[in-house]
Amino acid sequence: MVSEGKKRVWADYQKEIADDHYFYVRSCIRQTFFPGSETTFLKIMRNNLGKDVFEDARHTTCTGIGYHTDIVPPDTTMTVIARHFALMTEAGYTNMIPSCVTSFGLYSEVLDTWKHFPEMEARIRDFLWKATKREFKIPENLVHTSDIIYKFRNQIRQMAKISLINKKTGEPLKVVEHIGCHYAKMFPESGIGGAEFPSVLSGMIESWGGTVIDYPERRHCCGFGFRQYIVMANRGYSVSNSKKKFESMRPYQPDFIVANCPGCSMFLDRWQYTIAELEGITYDNRGMGIPVLTYEEMAGLVMGYSPWELGLQMHQVSVEPLLDKLGINYNKEEKYLGSRGQNIGEPQKPQFLIV
Amino acid sequence: MTIDSQHIAIIGGGPAGLEAASILGTAGYKVTVFEKENQTGGKLRLWYKLFPGFRSSVEVQNYLANGFKMNPPKIITNAEVVDLIPDADRHKVILADGQSYAADVVLVATGFQVFDAQKKEEYGYKIYDNVITSVDLEEHLKSENGLKTSSGKMPRRIAFIHCVGSRDKKTGNVHCSRMCCITGVKQAIELKTILPEAEIFNFYMDLRMFGQNYEELYIEAQQKWGITFIRGRVSEIGENIDGSLQLKAEDTLSGRPIRMNFDLVVLLAGMIPASRTSAIGNSVSLTFTSGNFLAGADPHFAQNETHTPGIFIAGTCREPLSVAETLTDARAATVKIIAWLRENEKPIKNN
Repeated sequence: MVSEGKKRVWADYQKEIADDHYFYVRSCIRQTFFPGSETTFLKIMRNNLGKDVFEDARHTTCTGIGYHTDIVPPDTTMTVIARHFALMTEAGYTNMIPSCVTSFGLYSEVLDTWKHFPEMEARIRDFLWKATKREFKIPENLVHTSDIIYKFRNQIRQMAKISLINKKTGEPLKVVEHIGCHYAKMFPESGIGGAEFPSVLSGMIESWGGTVIDYPERRHCCGFGFRQYIVMANRGYSVSNSKKKFESMRPYQPDFIVANCPGCSMFLDRWQYTIAELEGITYDNRGMGIPVLTYEEMAGLVMGYSPWELGLQMHQVSVEPLLDKLGINYNKEEKYLGSRGQNIGEPQKPQFLIV
Repeated sequence: MTIDSQHIAIIGGGPAGLEAASILGTAGYKVTVFEKENQTGGKLRLWYKLFPGFRSSVEVQNYLANGFKMNPPKIITNAEVVDLIPDADRHKVILADGQSYAADVVLVATGFQVFDAQKKEEYGYKIYDNVITSVDLEEHLKSENGLKTSSGKMPRRIAFIHCVGSRDKKTGNVHCSRMCCITGVKQAIELKTILPEAEIFNFYMDLRMFGQNYEELYIEAQQKWGITFIRGRVSEIGENIDGSLQLKAEDTLSGRPIRMNFDLVVLLAGMIPASRTSAIGNSVSLTFTSGNFLAGADPHFAQNETHTPGIFIAGTCREPLSVAETLTDARAATVKIIAWLRENEKPIKNN
């Protein structure tokens, strides 16, 4: 592997990322799957980096899941997204930062569609006006929230409490980075590093002391794929795609996986349980699986946030082995305590996967 | 006006330029060849053996070098032409060092350049150690060190990927480079002769075996050498932990996706116009093909002539051509140049 070659590709795919004043739009599903991630993003942005991030409670789904499963027609999707642009415009912002990779991909797709078919944009403006009496401006800067963390990765490093280094061995942790398909595969020029060798997550990992594993199935879909997962009869496709990736990364003995997409983080984590229960296989040496983090969780750990405050107890694959490698002190007793100190209940133990 | 006072400038000292120079010189014209590199021969110097008969490229290089027995041309190396100023009287050839030369006729023979395979990012050229191009392979074949993987082992399984940067809208190159199909067959056979135990696969879209003995060589590759041809475009290459390569493709004849491991992958990089062709063409208002090669005045009757009087084109600056076709094209251009000069005789002027 020639790392200089990768750097050359990365240099071709850089994009403008606004420095401050962001209109933040949340994901539909992340708050359920990884409830600490979006909160952590806001804390890092506002409290650690001192940035102005605004969000509007009237923001709704982008319809991405419905759109990609052919339930929501394109005109509806575009009008909903136009409404989000209107909320941003009304709030006086021009930089939109979706938390969800599918939303980012869909916003990019809508803007690209309007660029090529301005009459469609005019029609959607008309729909929005008739439905809500709202108007909007096109965002001046549309980037994914992982782009934002990438942009400030070096500042985060300066504030870091730990590095992505095995405290016992002193070696950099070996990290699998997984980019959501909708981040760069539709519009490679919209992703940092492009679609083939994206650097948005690897840039964070390397900046914070870890090393990135480039395994053969790195580019492969995590298995989420809306039609694969949402249609129950198709879920075997979803699991088999994830399995293909796990088998491919196993020889490298990764310390953890990090992803920037809600579905990828979810399925790379949860399907390890499913595969373990179905086939008795795990992809580490201890039967515990490979921990999966979101990039906000990774940033949060680096910056010294409590693992339970980050919501890591909501993961299927236990994160404790990773915390031990990082040398992070944590209280096992607090794992299942809620934000008000109440016991939120311990999940049932899997039969095969060790937790 | 005598023909030895008529000056013909040839831009490019590759096979087309040298062959044309040889014929025009023999015909008595004063010829100057401007070659941007420090020696003539063009891309031919990169090749080891030529298809379809495995003739050494050195033989052709010697043929071209020995073609100047009568009235040899003036050959100026390290002479990059940066501008061509058209003039109804005499065109001006401007070099990078500021020198200028007047010419009654200019033959543009700037040749081609090999598509930069790094642009097909999904194949990982110059990222994965064991991904090379067909040009790199020629270099290996020429050297006496033999062909080994990055870890120093003899490759046991080798893949050729056709149409890298050709017939590919994503790279902006819709044109067919024409030579890659037969190059893949030739190189596969060459590898099989030095690595008889190796399994060799060619991944192709179509195999365009249009030239004399091309089809025969393709059949020989399968029947005699056991080379496998899979109809399907490769979607991506990944590197395994041992440095070998995982390749994904679709076998479009069986309708199945395939995933295979290889020790070495050879990218058959396409042909695109040389970098300076566009600037030179624009300076004298030439027209271009959709692949940005120089277009002749007529696709049937005037392939080597242009709409700008006194400007001619030959060789792979026009379209992808084999060495044999390039030489033929250069000869055709010289006939047109001689005819044009005779029709447009001018009073004698000093340079």
